[in-house]
Amino acid sequence: MKNYNTVLKIAPAFLLFGSILSAQTTDSIGTKKIEEVVLIGYGKQKKSDLTGSITSISAKDFNGGATTPAQLIQGKTPGVQITTNNGAPGSGSQIRVRGTSSLTGNNSPLIVIDGVPQDFNGINGAADPLSLINPNDIATFDILKDASATAIYGNRATNGVILITTKKGTSGKLKINFSTVASVSEKMGNVNVLSADDFRSFVNTYATAEYKGKLGASDTNWQNQIYQQAWGTDNNLALSGGLKWLPYRLSLGYNEQNGIVKTNSFKRSSLGLNLNPVFFDNHLKVDLSLKGTFTDNRFPDGGVIAAATYFDPTQSIYSGNSKYGGYFEWLDANGKLNVNGTANPLSTLQAIHDVSSVKRALGNIQLDYKFHFLPDLHFNVNAGYDYAKADGRKTVDGNLKQGFNDMGSSRVYSEEKKNKLLETYFNYVKNISVIDTKIDLTAGYSYQDFHTIIPGATQYKGNTAPVTDPNFETGYTLVSFYGRGIFTIADKYILSGSLRRDGSSRFYNGTKNNLYGNFYGISGAWKINEENFLKDSKVVSTLKLRGGYGLTGQQELPNGDYPAYARYNLSGPGAQYQFGGNYYNFYRPEIYNPNLKWETTTTKNLGLDFGFLKERITGTIDIYQKDTKDLIVYSPIAAGDLSNFNYLNVGNIRNKGIEGSINFVPVKNENVTWELGFNATHYNPIVTKLLERTDASFNIATGGIAGGVGNTIQAHAVGYNPFSFLVYQQAYDGSGHPLDGIYVDRNGDGVIDSKDKYYDKSTTPKAILGINTKFSYKAWDISMSGRAVLGNYVYNNAASNSSIQSASTNSYLQNVYSTAATYKFNSPQYFSDIYIEDASFFRLDNINIGYNFKNFMSTKSNMRIYAMAQNVFVISKYSGIDPEVFNGIDNGYYQLPHTYSLGFNFQF
Amino acid sequence: MKSSKIKFSRIVLALSAVTLLSLGSCVKDLERSPITDVTSASVFANFANYPNALAKLYGGLAVGGQSGGDGKPDVAGIDGGFSNYMRQMYTMNVLTTDEAVIAWNDGTLQTMHKMTWDSSNEFIGAIYYRIFTEIAFCNEFLRNTSDTKLASNNITGDNLTQAKIMRGEARFIRAQSYYNALDLFGNVPFVTEDNLPGSTTPPVRISRADLFKYVESELIASSTEMATPRGNVYGRADAAAAYSLLARLYLNAKVYTGTDRNTDCLTYCNKVIAAGYKLKSNYSDLFKADNDKNNNEQIFSINYDGVRTQTYGGSTYMVHASIGGSMPSSDFGVNGGWGGLRTTQAFVDKFPTNGADSRGNFYTTGQSKAINDLGTFTDGYAFIKYKNVTSTGAAGSDTSGNFVDADIPVYRLADIYLMYAEATLRGGGGGNIGTALGYVNALRDRAYGNTSGDVSTIDLNLILDERARELSWEFTRRTDLIRYDRFTTGSYLWPWKGGVKDGQAVASTRNLFPIPAKDIIANPNLVQNPGY
Repeated sequence: MKNYNTVLKIAPAFLLFGSILSAQTTDSIGTKKIEEVVLIGYGKQKKSDLTGSITSISAKDFNGGATTPAQLIQGKTPGVQITTNNGAPGSGSQIRVRGTSSLTGNNSPLIVIDGVPQDFNGINGAADPLSLINPNDIATFDILKDASATAIYGNRATNGVILITTKKGTSGKLKINFSTVASVSEKMGNVNVLSADDFRSFVNTYATAEYKGKLGASDTNWQNQIYQQAWGTDNNLALSGGLKWLPYRLSLGYNEQNGIVKTNSFKRSSLGLNLNPVFFDNHLKVDLSLKGTFTDNRFPDGGVIAAATYFDPTQSIYSGNSKYGGYFEWLDANGKLNVNGTANPLSTLQAIHDVSSVKRALGNIQLDYKFHFLPDLHFNVNAGYDYAKADGRKTVDGNLKQGFNDMGSSRVYSEEKKNKLLETYFNYVKNISVIDTKIDLTAGYSYQDFHTIIPGATQYKGNTAPVTDPNFETGYTLVSFYGRGIFTIADKYILSGSLRRDGSSRFYNGTKNNLYGNFYGISGAWKINEENFLKDSKVVSTLKLRGGYGLTGQQELPNGDYPAYARYNLSGPGAQYQFGGNYYNFYRPEIYNPNLKWETTTTKNLGLDFGFLKERITGTIDIYQKDTKDLIVYSPIAAGDLSNFNYLNVGNIRNKGIEGSINFVPVKNENVTWELGFNATHYNPIVTKLLERTDASFNIATGGIAGGVGNTIQAHAVGYNPFSFLVYQQAYDGSGHPLDGIYVDRNGDGVIDSKDKYYDKSTTPKAILGINTKFSYKAWDISMSGRAVLGNYVYNNAASNSSIQSASTNSYLQNVYSTAATYKFNSPQYFSDIYIEDASFFRLDNINIGYNFKNFMSTKSNMRIYAMAQNVFVISKYSGIDPEVFNGIDNGYYQLPHTYSLGFNFQF
Repeated sequence: MKSSKIKFSRIVLALSAVTLLSLGSCVKDLERSPITDVTSASVFANFANYPNALAKLYGGLAVGGQSGGDGKPDVAGIDGGFSNYMRQMYTMNVLTTDEAVIAWNDGTLQTMHKMTWDSSNEFIGAIYYRIFTEIAFCNEFLRNTSDTKLASNNITGDNLTQAKIMRGEARFIRAQSYYNALDLFGNVPFVTEDNLPGSTTPPVRISRADLFKYVESELIASSTEMATPRGNVYGRADAAAAYSLLARLYLNAKVYTGTDRNTDCLTYCNKVIAAGYKLKSNYSDLFKADNDKNNNEQIFSINYDGVRTQTYGGSTYMVHASIGGSMPSSDFGVNGGWGGLRTTQAFVDKFPTNGADSRGNFYTTGQSKAINDLGTFTDGYAFIKYKNVTSTGAAGSDTSGNFVDADIPVYRLADIYLMYAEATLRGGGGGNIGTALGYVNALRDRAYGNTSGDVSTIDLNLILDERARELSWEFTRRTDLIRYDRFTTGSYLWPWKGGVKDGQAVASTRNLFPIPAKDIIANPNLVQNPGY
């Protein structure tokens, strides 16, 4: 219900903005049809000639108000699911193209920024590699979804490839673009725990006298106490133009966002420079790109949201005395801090100062030379260097509970990343008119080296000598040889084939046996609309059938660059053993798998692109099947080796899916343009083999939960979606009330044990739908985008963690989820399916209303004023705050805020 | 322009040539070896690294992983503190008995005392995999210290002598872990230094009786390679550790093989006793922060230090977890209790009610003797055993009060005395009943502070109870009860045995734990124990 209320609350705000704004003239009227060109990896292709499944989105279709690049395209493309990690500003997103195809391996797409493939891993102190790029500098996203398209990036292409192009310089006069936006964010809601009065009666009903005596007389809503209305601003200045032969674009950005959890903030300054000169009669094109960002984060303590959820609402914030900073804290029978007791969340916010600053510079130079003696032949060199450095410090105040036992502490850490890229390729394009065929041949080589240095972090404590961890340094190298041929026959039939041989140092075991993998993609397209029988059709303007088949690889592992290599690790401080008077660090032999090899995925894809009525209706539909084999799984192994888990090639996944989009332009005239787009995605990955087993007798536990230590709620098992919930079936009494600790004896053996657990719902949705629309009337424009995710489930960990016992244990009180009072479970029943909730939802992600002042001040200048709301509302049956939880386990999650902003763009 | 055009073409050609030539060296970059971690070959090339390699074998018994507080754990799939060897020895051998109950709901923890565990139990998995990674670490050490390897690494002279003693210790530690495996699980996988890491061939299965023979022969062999009794530095095992384990192995031989070996038990008890160990004068000092000093009773211990050997298992666990209710944590030298462990009435009643036996040290304020709810700390008396204060009352070395200094005895003279008495009573040759009585009374004199607690005769029942009193929480209780056939049967019940408040018998198949279901699947050579 709260969601609908929110709509009502913000609606007046829009009416207000509406009254001060008026209409925008669109430049979409009367513009010539420009043939869209799409990046395909080491080259580009006319959109109409594409053979693979590729979606392209340019700046005009981006979502507004994005603080990270992924938000720009959230909900815009079928088959691409983007989940914001959490509501902390700059926190990054999880991107999934066509769902899950790996278990332990990486499931994120490869991101290529201006031709430089990015490291999958972020850097300490920053959410992900994308969060370090200013979204305002991005011109286009090209998303390569099927293997025939991605195989050219064979070694990291299994999960799709996202090519990001930043804005380039333009020749001509200096253009200045300035934009500024101010926003305010607020929380969506509170976790549904008991009110102070309800909690008081709960404790008085169920707890012992000792605990009843601990109840306070106050009424504190701790969740309201830790959240705030948060202000943010984003300012960007871009200068572009051409100095004779030198087109340039220089951009400066400053983004400051405060988090809705008090103390949380994010500041990013960015600088982008693109120089795009051309030499020797257009024979040599140079693209020089430099991007720099400086990010300052202040993180809230991760536990403070859960602490505010569960902190006893009958206690007041302050104790009335000066001990522990004056805050109320749980004490033991002897008046000392109760170490088990939850720390006062406000004390925690004051005690912990956790900051990091990350500097990143990404530079690359790309030379494209058209041979003088053979202009059809290009030679392209791309050299890039990506440097990032993070410095962080977390200090804890010794006067407050969090730092009290250590008498204050401070942890100082840093990390450095140096990634190098060198790529060269030859490209030959020739129209052979005799056979009415255009050939486009590419052959190249790529070298990329990743290097990470983590100096040992130092921990200072008020009452002990500083301790420094051992330094750590690691790296890996990828080398590839690739080739591609595209044949366009009679501008109707297009055939494309690519081949790639990839080497990864991660498979080096002392021999070269498993270093290389061979990947390929073949695809074809038939532009049916170019055939005579459709050429003059008034109805059909585009009709193209595409088919593709390809093999891609995966070598990305969550940690460790040497999984195949025999090695020893030296232990850190605190892990030493006493021999006589001396203490010795340990040399541990590490587990390794000398037989580890590439994980491979075969994809079959069939697609149809269509456009009707002079492209007033356009769309695309793709069906596919992805078969992953030799899955690299961090899997239990037979006891007797150096660990009980190892990285093994032991499983298969089959993922079938269908996705499509359709766009309408219902109205398009001088004054009014209305565009409407829908997209839909369905996929269903199923584990088909695991550790040579083809039934569900074996599973790999995953999905750690809060409550107890080491409890997991999900598992991978044959026959089920990855990350399926593995739970007991709750038994109910005649009146539908759940029975405490009583489960259904599913295997009928008379005993309730782990064999009775079953694979319930999974986090995989049945369908993902996107809708977006743009409407303009004269100088006014309005756009909206929203998403629905259907049939996905979430484990409500906040609820499962609450029971009669959890309210009063370890000599302190803690609040409980509202269901604790209705279920009346004596102790937590973590594994009951009662906590698996339907988390289907519709979210209106974005709504934006703008007014364009043309010829503002002068004829060359332009100004647009707009008002925007993000995360406008969510409709869901889910009982927690937000059903969209990336891993499907809702626990102390930093909720996404509602954000309202007002901004203007100024161009002259 | 023309000339520059040509020049430029040349530059491009040259550039491409260089690029092509450089391919060779770039491809070479794929052959990367670790930067920070070292290779197996380099560790054993330098004798200075040998103590560090050996330290892992001991460290694997003491802590959960490679950084303080069980970080970078050795056993995957479970919290590093949970996979601590000593913590799970406690869970298997103490928590399953009358000696302890626990309040927490971590996973399947409650099934341990209730004796309703199954083959998916993560704590059983934790000790099982801990035992086998420890064995694998020992195998790796032995593989790299073979005569051939030592010669090829040019380890000579005194270094060679030292390396061979270390090798003996590695054999002992491996045999000790195999002993734990045969005691807890019976028929298990079997790997030696001949099984290479990363192999795809699963280990063979060994029967309990065959494993008994292997452990026996390895202990005898290692005792000849290790330092003589009391001849090594504190912390490192010597021959007496092997003798003590041989005595324990033989005492329980009937359970393991069907054949009594009490005479052999006495042979090794006598060897230990002859080595000159002495009882420490104050019982409670055996379990304090400075129990590594002036402790001639200790034969072999697992050693902790609040700063340098940090874990959430070991003695840190036993101190924190047993503090709760109104117990003042400062008396125990730590910053607070975890409100977990108490004991049962059956155990409390083994001590005289007047408190004369100092080993029966219970905290009763606010605690009820009866246990209505296992999850409530105040149900059941708290039991005081380990403390993080020294014998003079000073606090332990970790000033924040998290990690405990106290070492955990694995074999100590008192245990040898009681094994001597029991083996003698069970008809073993080489023992004297009068001497046995003297040993028992020596322990009781220490406990009572005088001779008021002396007994005039001893029998097997008294020995079992005396072991409970003397060796409580020292990981022998389950084995002792099985030897007396009282662990699963109805002949002896304690609160919540079998999952009911007054206790009930359970299937005798619970004398063995199940092989974890995960390993039954991963290793087709294994057979699940009956009843699971």
